[in-house]
Amino acid sequence: MKYKIFTIFILFFILTSKSFALVSVDITRGNLDPLPTAISDFYLDPKLGDNIKKLQLESKIPELIQNNLSRSGLFFALEKKSFIQRPEPAHNKPRFEDWIFIKTQVLVTGKISLEKEDRLRVEFKLWDVVSATELSALAFYTTPDNWRRVSHMISDKIYERLTGEKGYFDSRIIYVSETGNKVDKKKRLAVMDQDGYGVKYLTLGNELVLTPRFSPTSQHVTYMSYFRNLPRVYLLNIETGIQDLVGDFPGMTFAPRFSPDGKKIIMSFAQEGNSDIYTMDIKTRVVEKLTDHPSIDTSPSYSPDGSYITFNSDRSGFQQIYTMKSDGTNIKRISFGEGLYGTPVWSPRGDLIAFTKLYRNKFYIGVMRSDGSGERLLTENYYQEAPSWAPNGRVLIFYRETPSDSSGRGGGAKLWSIDLTGYNERLILTPTDASDPSWSGLLSGK
Amino acid sequence: MLFNNLSKVTLALVVTLFLGACATQQATTTTTTTKSDDAYTGTETVKFLADGVPDRVFFSTNKSDLTSAATTTLAKQATYLKANPTLNIVLEGHADERGTREYNLALGERRAIAAKNYLTSNGVAANRIKVISYGKEKPANPASNVLAWSQNRRTVTIKTN
Repeated sequence: MKYKIFTIFILFFILTSKSFALVSVDITRGNLDPLPTAISDFYLDPKLGDNIKKLQLESKIPELIQNNLSRSGLFFALEKKSFIQRPEPAHNKPRFEDWIFIKTQVLVTGKISLEKEDRLRVEFKLWDVVSATELSALAFYTTPDNWRRVSHMISDKIYERLTGEKGYFDSRIIYVSETGNKVDKKKRLAVMDQDGYGVKYLTLGNELVLTPRFSPTSQHVTYMSYFRNLPRVYLLNIETGIQDLVGDFPGMTFAPRFSPDGKKIIMSFAQEGNSDIYTMDIKTRVVEKLTDHPSIDTSPSYSPDGSYITFNSDRSGFQQIYTMKSDGTNIKRISFGEGLYGTPVWSPRGDLIAFTKLYRNKFYIGVMRSDGSGERLLTENYYQEAPSWAPNGRVLIFYRETPSDSSGRGGGAKLWSIDLTGYNERLILTPTDASDPSWSGLLSGK
Repeated sequence: MLFNNLSKVTLALVVTLFLGACATQQATTTTTTTKSDDAYTGTETVKFLADGVPDRVFFSTNKSDLTSAATTTLAKQATYLKANPTLNIVLEGHADERGTREYNLALGERRAIAAKNYLTSNGVAANRIKVISYGKEKPANPASNVLAWSQNRRTVTIKTN
């Protein structure tokens, strides 16, 4: 008798648990099957004025969401022309059989209406088609011209709901735009949305500019410039365009980054053949020397909580990766494999350090834990370097160059991205050649 | 009895596997791929400050040591500069493209200083010498081959007046 009840209970559990199993995406495994996703056109409230209607946001917003989700490699977007249900009924009450029929597992619907004069309300819903459940429903309020930001924020919400991880779509990338012959390249700072839209140049190209990095609020940039033939670190306010020399150093400063609280710039200062790591408080201008060794110490990068720094040093005789406390104490070497290591950069999740490795004349982008264990190489190439983390610590952007001939032809630099799993290696289109990319944090600040 | 032996063997195997894994993780010797002496010894790309005074010295991969060819050239430069005491110079340090950008900026500075130290210890006043590193940003030879890279690992002396 006890057995029978037990068996019935187990059967009941199995049957009911199947219907409660909601769809989710595991982004820690490799070799994923992208999740079939249907992103319906949004329903545009017919009461909206013609000036809004002509923007065609009902298809533009879903298109941006679809591009983001597809580019992540985790979602497979089904073609609109196969959709049976129209946007309005789909958003209010989806007929799930229609969506199961085209073999989607999740559905995104939305509605755009007028909140008040010149303010739109953009609502989206995320549905688990198989279990016939509404997973998410959120509304954003914005001016019509801000529709791209809203699309990126919706993409992040969808990504987060399905993977359990924060998204990375509401962000920007800064990089160095390159044109001209290799012997004398023209380099300019450029920013764009992470999907490549809206490239803006921040400098004119009259002097070499290198290695730009965003501040945590993405309002400022620090970079190295050869303005007036003096290689120094600068601070640029993106909004005002005003550039300030960082500190008053009697020699080359380079390799700058911000501290996670945005208050300091950390960089290298080269003097008499020795490069050490320094910080400067942006407000107080107080300078602190962190390393004191006749070797080259460079490429410093803070841990996300600001308590540690990883950096590149050749104090062992060759380029290796080290960590130290943010006061310069407790220096530890963490790279021990064969080859040379450089450009260490701490993940915003705090768990991993990405790096460039040179071994047997090939370049690798890799990651290791902050104690140096678990070294994993993600991609190999003739030449590539300088990984930078997406805000969710799951994707890396870096750049590659191809070989050039004796007249400087070829040798074009391009931006690439790759997932932490080593999959979804992707070229990022830019209007010119590009190098030294750096990813901002989430623009909303969270 | 047989079962006991099998499980002992299995245990031994598993332990060996783990030990083997540990051994690889803790390797502390680093084999590098750099050659010890591949400094350029040719004359292509070399210009002259004056008759018989080459304007540049070359370095091995990842190194800033002066080769004997380099010290010979710098000695000539020192003589020339002492004979022309009103001349000022800038030493440009460079690296090849087969390295990370930031480290190469530092390496270029080290190579420029190596040349400067030789000149000052041979009688050229330090206040006549400026130093700048271009890392790998300004190759003398833009090709991607071993010869070009050796021509790019250099410190170039340039008259500023």
